[in-house]
Formats: sequence, structure tokens, C-alpha cells
Amino acid sequence: MTSLPNREPNAPRLGLVIDLDTCVGCHACAVACKQWNDGGHMAPLTDTDAYGSGPDGVWFNRIHSFEAGTGESGCGSRTTNFPRSCLHCEQPACVTVCPTGASYKRAEDGIVLVNEDLCIGCKLCSWACPYGAREFDQDVGVMKKCTLCIDRIHNETLAETERVPACVMVCPTSARHFGDLADPTSAVSKLVAERGGYDLMPELGFEPTNKYLPPRPRPTLALDERVTRDSANDDLPLHGLLKWADRILAR
Amino acid sequence: MHPAFSIIFFTSAAGAGYGLLALLGLLAPFGLLPSSPLFGLAALALALGLVVAGLLSSLAHLGRPERAWRALSQWRSSWLSREGVAAVATFLPAGVFAIAWIVLTAGSGGGGSGVAGVAGWITAAMAAVTVYCTAMIYASLKPIRQWANPWVPRTYLALSLMTGALLLNALLGVAGQAAGWSSLLALASVGLAWVAKEGHWRHCATARPVSTAETATGLGHIGRVRLLDAPHSEDNYLLKEMGFRVGRRHAVRLRLITRLAAFALPAALSFGALVAGPGALSGTLALLAVAAAALGVIAERWLFFAEAKHTVTLFYGAGEV
Repeated sequence: MTSLPNREPNAPRLGLVIDLDTCVGCHACAVACKQWNDGGHMAPLTDTDAYGSGPDGVWFNRIHSFEAGTGESGCGSRTTNFPRSCLHCEQPACVTVCPTGASYKRAEDGIVLVNEDLCIGCKLCSWACPYGAREFDQDVGVMKKCTLCIDRIHNETLAETERVPACVMVCPTSARHFGDLADPTSAVSKLVAERGGYDLMPELGFEPTNKYLPPRPRPTLALDERVTRDSANDDLPLHGLLKWADRILAR
Repeated sequence: MHPAFSIIFFTSAAGAGYGLLALLGLLAPFGLLPSSPLFGLAALALALGLVVAGLLSSLAHLGRPERAWRALSQWRSSWLSREGVAAVATFLPAGVFAIAWIVLTAGSGGGGSGVAGVAGWITAAMAAVTVYCTAMIYASLKPIRQWANPWVPRTYLALSLMTGALLLNALLGVAGQAAGWSSLLALASVGLAWVAKEGHWRHCATARPVSTAETATGLGHIGRVRLLDAPHSEDNYLLKEMGFRVGRRHAVRLRLITRLAAFALPAALSFGALVAGPGALSGTLALLAVAAAALGVIAERWLFFAEAKHTVTLFYGAGEV
């Protein structure tokens, strides 16, 4: 059913909090995600021409790098590594546009999933998602997306510490956090409150669950005077021949 | 957005088919159309043939076309599903109308029976609803500013009426039954569609961008945001589907082709047919108007996709969409 479920006010909103201050852009999350999900709920994540000139394939994590600010008045611009994946929105248009009922939002934890047995591969959900979270599997003919590792987080055969999404598990700088964002006392909610976690493109009204933590403020370093000084206009301490040459050339 | 030919053909052919079907259903009960069974058969075959060809073409866009029937289930939330339901439902009154008009009315010597009248008007209403649903598939997508506006349903409905009226005028001309009113109807509908399309283009050119690289990344408080490094070296599905750029390079020329072939030429040719009066000349002019409009509407639909910019491109270097 692609109408949105009635969510209990206290129902969990499972999601990720991604710290843009500590992410080093190593792509380990993307690789771990690919490895786990290629054998998981959404398997396979088909690659085409993987070792050729035009490799293509389905990935649920994409890591961009942005530069913010120009740094004209000093070394003020910030390079920020930016992991992008499904945000498991509270108002997911990707679900409501689905004509078949393949796309759905789980009432019990808010995770947005695709039932691959119902999907007709019309691609409309990928058009409706502003964040580019969905990728079409040309080989299977159906849409694929992040499952928040639903087959890890509720998996009782795994040790309890491992019941987190693969991307969170692998992150070497702990830039990715998993938890219940509906519970204000959860670790992720506290993190969002402390660090000013925010939504991507809030103006579109999809109410994403995942939050991003901004890079921490950093003092703007003034440019080194010895480099910036315009020596042509300075009174240089010149003597003898150099002083004479300077006077001649300045005429 | 990537302009898939299956969808361009689907929206333009089915649009023309529904336009013609609506006009037949609307006008036949008034006795305005020739009462010969051959004309009725040819006109309905053309209208329904275009609709069926368009719907079949839309299946070619699917990754799993054998499951297409599932798309009829989610009409409560999905415009695509509503469009499928409306398309299938339209065949019912259209079938009743076809039988009533061709078999019953033709035998009685024109004028139109009550059954043909009611079924014809229901068919016309359902055809309009189907075209509206098709347009709303696009107009409901918030990430694409060029689509999520009321000019999209207006343009789709007006172009459907226009292509239907041009087809009807040509059919009457070929049947040797050219009438002044049908050329006038064609002329008026071309004018209406032209106004609607110019309105859509002006809206796209003047409306403010909905999102920027700053709101997409949330890094705007630091300053202007620009992409430093893409996540992958080759185009992925997102860039092939949502980051299509080829058409925009020729946008000016394609708009000129649209203005000429879809609007200026059909208007001039319909006017010529009106002036020429009944005869072989007006029939030929009306047929030429259909040919020009077919080219023009395909160019218009190509641009509709190619000029649409999706917010996902903000993550790949676009500054605003």
C-alpha cells in the first residue's frame, strides 16, 4: 500500500546522523554497504561493465566532496566530505507516487522499503525523490534503495553490538550514528540537539529522518603577512648599489 | 530529465487519440459528424488506435512490463495509477459509444440516439480526465520545478484538444465532408495550445529556483557551495536519468521548431482549409497540418523532458534548480 501508514506518535523513527565534521571521505561506508547489501534484502546490486571503460552499478551510498565559502578574506573555505544515502523521510513522495504498492513505509520503525516482487520498474519513485536515494537496477528491471540494513538491525543472530547498518559499523571515524530519532533521550537525538543537526532541502517538505551535523566552526586564519605584503610600495631597507639602482629605476 | 522516446510517443500519441475521441463523443450526438458507418469506424479506429499504441509504448518504459497490471492498484495516492485506471475505464463508455454511434445511429440516418449521446459525453469526460491524470504524474513531482506547476496540466489538455481537432479536421477533409466549423475549431484550439505553451515557458523562465546547492548540502552558512569531487568518475543511473543535458544545448532551435511546426504552420494550414472551402485542397491542407503538428508536438515533448532540471543535480555541480 503506497498510502502512508498511520504512525503512532511514539513509534520509533530509525535513521542515521551523519557528522560532516569528522567524515574524511574514505568511501568505506559505500563499500561496506555494497558488500552487505549485495547479499542482503535488496540483492543483487548489479554492476555492469565493472572493469571496462564505462562502469556503472547500483550503490546506496555516494560520497561527494564540496567546498563551501570562497576564502577570499583568508583561509576561510571549508572542504566537506558529504555522504549521501536514503533519508527515510516522514513524507516520502517516492512511496505515494508508486502505482503498484511496491514502495512502502513501515509503520513500526519508519523505514522506507521496496518490495521487489511488486515493482514494475516505472522509475517514477526515483523522479519523485529530491535526494537521489533510489537507483534502478537495469539487469533485474526493478528499483533498489537503502534498507537501513533492515536485515542487520533486527537480526538476532548477530551480536547486539553489530545490529547497526553496515555503513555505521565500518566508519573509521565514527562519523555515522544510528538510532531512534523520535526518542529525544536517544544518543542520536542528543547529538542532533547538541550539534545543531539539520535536514537537507527542508524547503521541499519531505521531512527527512536522517540528520546531518554541520562542520564545527573553525577560526579563520589570516593570510601570512610575508606573502600578502605588496613589496613594491614598501620602504625597503636598501644600501649602497641597491639603493642607487632603486632610485634610478624609480624615476 | 532523460527524454525516453517511449514516453514522448506515449504522451503525444495517446494525447492526440484522447483529444479526437473526446471530440467525436462530444460532437457526434449533435449530428455534426457524417453519419456513414465507414466514417465512424475510421474515426474511432484512429482515435482508439492512437490511444492503444501510446499505452503500449508506455509499457516499453517499464523494467518489468509483464507486471504492468499491478499499476492499477494504488489510485488512492498515485497519479500514475489513477492514469492507468482512467485509461482502462475510458474503454467502457467508448465501446458503448462506438456501437451506439456506428451501428444504431448510422442505421437511423444520423442525428444521434440517446445512448450514443450519453455514452459519447461520458467518453469525452473520461478522455479529459485521463489526459489530466497523465499531466499530474509530472505536475506532482516537487523536485522538478519546470513540472510542478499548473501550466503542465493546462498544456497537456490544450495540446490534446489541439491534436484531436487537427485530426478531426483532416478526417472530415479526407471523407470529402470538410466543414467550416471544424477548420475554425482546429484554428481556435491551436491558438489556445500556443498560449498555454508560451505560458508554461514563461513560467519556467521567471519562477524562482526551489533549491540550491546550499540548501541541498546545508553548508550555506559557510558560504557559496561548489562541488569539489564527484562520488564516481562515470555517469551513474542518477546522472543518466536525472542529469540529462544534451537537449538543452539545442533548446533555442527546438523551441523555434515547436513554435513553427506545432503552432504557426497548423494555424496557417487550418486557416487555408477554412478559406479554401470543401474540396480536395482543404483536405490536403488539413492533412499537412496534422503532419506538422506531429513533428511539433514531439519536439515540444522532447523539450519538456530535456529542459526539466531535477534537484539531484545539485549534488553533482548544479548551483540552483
